[in-house]
Amino acid sequence: MSQKIFHIPEEEILTSGHFACPGCGGALAMRYALKALGRKTVLVIPACCWSIIDGPAPYSATGVPVYHTAFETAASAASGIKAGLQMRGDHETTVVAWAGDGGTFDIGFQALSGAAERNEDFIYICYDNEAYMNTGIQRSSATPFGAWTTTTPAETPKGERKKNIVEALAAHRIPYAATATVAFPDDFIEKLQKAKKIYGTKFIHVLAPCPPGWKSEPEDSIKLSRLAVESKIFPLYEVYGGETYRLTYEPAGISINEYFHLQGRFRHLTDEQLAEIQRQVDDDWERLLSKVTTGKKRPRTTLRRAQTESGAAGKKVVTT
Amino acid sequence: MIEGSHASSYAVELARVQVISAYPITPQTGVVEKLSEIVASKKLNARFIKVESEHSAMAACIGASAAGARAFTATSSQGLALMHELLHWAAGSRLPIVMVNVNRAMAPPWSIYADQTDSLSQRDTGWMQFYCESNQEVLDTVLQAYKIAESVYLPCMINLDAFFLSHTSEPVALPKQSLVDEFLPPYDPPFRLDPDNPHAFGGLVGPDGYMELRYKIHQAMEEARVKIKEVDDEYGEKFGRSYGGLVEGYETDDSEIVLATAGTAASTARIVVDDLRARGSPVGLLKIRAFRPFPVDEVRSLARHVKKIGVLDRNFSFGATGIFYQEIKAALYNAEHRPPVFGFVVGLGGRDITPAVIEELFDHLMKNNVPESESIWIGLKHKPA
Repeated sequence: MSQKIFHIPEEEILTSGHFACPGCGGALAMRYALKALGRKTVLVIPACCWSIIDGPAPYSATGVPVYHTAFETAASAASGIKAGLQMRGDHETTVVAWAGDGGTFDIGFQALSGAAERNEDFIYICYDNEAYMNTGIQRSSATPFGAWTTTTPAETPKGERKKNIVEALAAHRIPYAATATVAFPDDFIEKLQKAKKIYGTKFIHVLAPCPPGWKSEPEDSIKLSRLAVESKIFPLYEVYGGETYRLTYEPAGISINEYFHLQGRFRHLTDEQLAEIQRQVDDDWERLLSKVTTGKKRPRTTLRRAQTESGAAGKKVVTT
Repeated sequence: MIEGSHASSYAVELARVQVISAYPITPQTGVVEKLSEIVASKKLNARFIKVESEHSAMAACIGASAAGARAFTATSSQGLALMHELLHWAAGSRLPIVMVNVNRAMAPPWSIYADQTDSLSQRDTGWMQFYCESNQEVLDTVLQAYKIAESVYLPCMINLDAFFLSHTSEPVALPKQSLVDEFLPPYDPPFRLDPDNPHAFGGLVGPDGYMELRYKIHQAMEEARVKIKEVDDEYGEKFGRSYGGLVEGYETDDSEIVLATAGTAASTARIVVDDLRARGSPVGLLKIRAFRPFPVDEVRSLARHVKKIGVLDRNFSFGATGIFYQEIKAALYNAEHRPPVFGFVVGLGGRDITPAVIEELFDHLMKNNVPESESIWIGLKHKPA
């Protein structure tokens, strides 16, 4: 296997002094994302932890323009911002919708689906801490099966499986969707830099551990993020055009128990429940594997060009 | 000959709007359909985002305006109600978005017909609101609205009655683009989303700061009182048509009994006023053009010399009264001269307001010195037992 040398940009665009909890996966995700995308970026942030993390007025930690917007509207506001910039002749600035799982999987899903269907040109990054953490750890459709939250107490933990957001968006045939997490910064940054070059709707699903919500230790956040990948609970992969799947990391395939035992939100699970979850994880993994492209075939991507409303003029389709 | 919905579309073209995001709803559909044609034919250089709901339509307008582009949307009743949260957002963000709303009844039951409860329910959101009585006025008011909005930095809603204007063709003069360009320069806000000048917009503000921001919105609305008149006068000089600013008093100078109303009912009322005056009755019409900011001074000024005021409300606030009635009474409460005010509830859900109906109101005003109740419902087929 050839060795790949990957450089993470050194400049810190996110400044210290932000309001994130110690060990916040979402804060680390933002730090990497800004390094990947650079300063010619506009962030659109709906109601979520980052509405607070960025800092109260008059402070802002991110160092790029931030538009705070209503909960449901990350993708719709981003559509408008992109259109406004284009009409002002700015086709360079990257518009990034930066939303939590609540504002993506649930209340923001309509706007996201609408924008994806229209192939609006922005990067949508969902930092997923698997519940409505900003409002005090209530369940979302991103909360995993069996997890404790304040609205799925231990007596009745979450009985539904986590919504598969990447599959839902792949069904819209967006040019690029991917998963990422903070323990794999090079993978995350590479995916973002790839996304930046593509015209249309790009979706990155970032698993972001949350110590208060997961009942885990702040110092375990990166470890948890790695364990989620290695246990195949959160595989790292990409989907091009809704049909070409590519794994970006081969997980070791460890037991879910290693991941779960570091989190208080799973403490109440019985051995039977854990076995059931392991079965679900294994099934999902097999299903994903069956979609992964093998061999030399590489996906088509559409590079960015100055766009008319339809996006048709000047688009160059490249088979890399 | 242009229908009201299309008059809106042509105004948007003339205003050189840059981003349109809209969702269809009867009877606004003409607005978006004509705009689609205008944009597709490249008569207007704009991005038209065909969003998947009205909530997204307003969110996209907010985004576009925050990025520094001139933005527009249009809707009606249920769609306007769906946008409600974001109407607050647009005003709080101080964005000069202009929206055409076709006044249509709120469901259930389903009704696509004229009723003003939809827009009046939004009176507390911080949007300026105009009510038009002709398609010409719709076109002219959209153009004026951008100028006013981009001066005081508040969004503006222009209302026209469902079907009576939206789907009725009237003669409309289209101003020359060059004249409009002189009247309305390109949108150039002092603050916008700009990577070369990064700021966060709308971040958390504690109890120690929120009130001052709200006060500034209040000040902007007060400033709008002056601006609305100024822009209307300027428009009159440039294009030959003006509408009196916040209100128009029709034959009110020497009248004893005045009917106040907004929308197409005002247009019909003019004919009744002429007719009654010819027969010797000292009546007049106060056409309310701007509802927000509310024309308090104008109402007080009228009250100084009239004996009675009737209000025709094509809307209702349950648990209270017709909304123009409430606001007029409130405007007069602290005034020196307070003639009796009668609140008529008429024409809800598109029930026709004919000259005969309006004459009935004047008749009631002439025969009664004190209103019998806080809401006098006109034309009900039967009052439920």
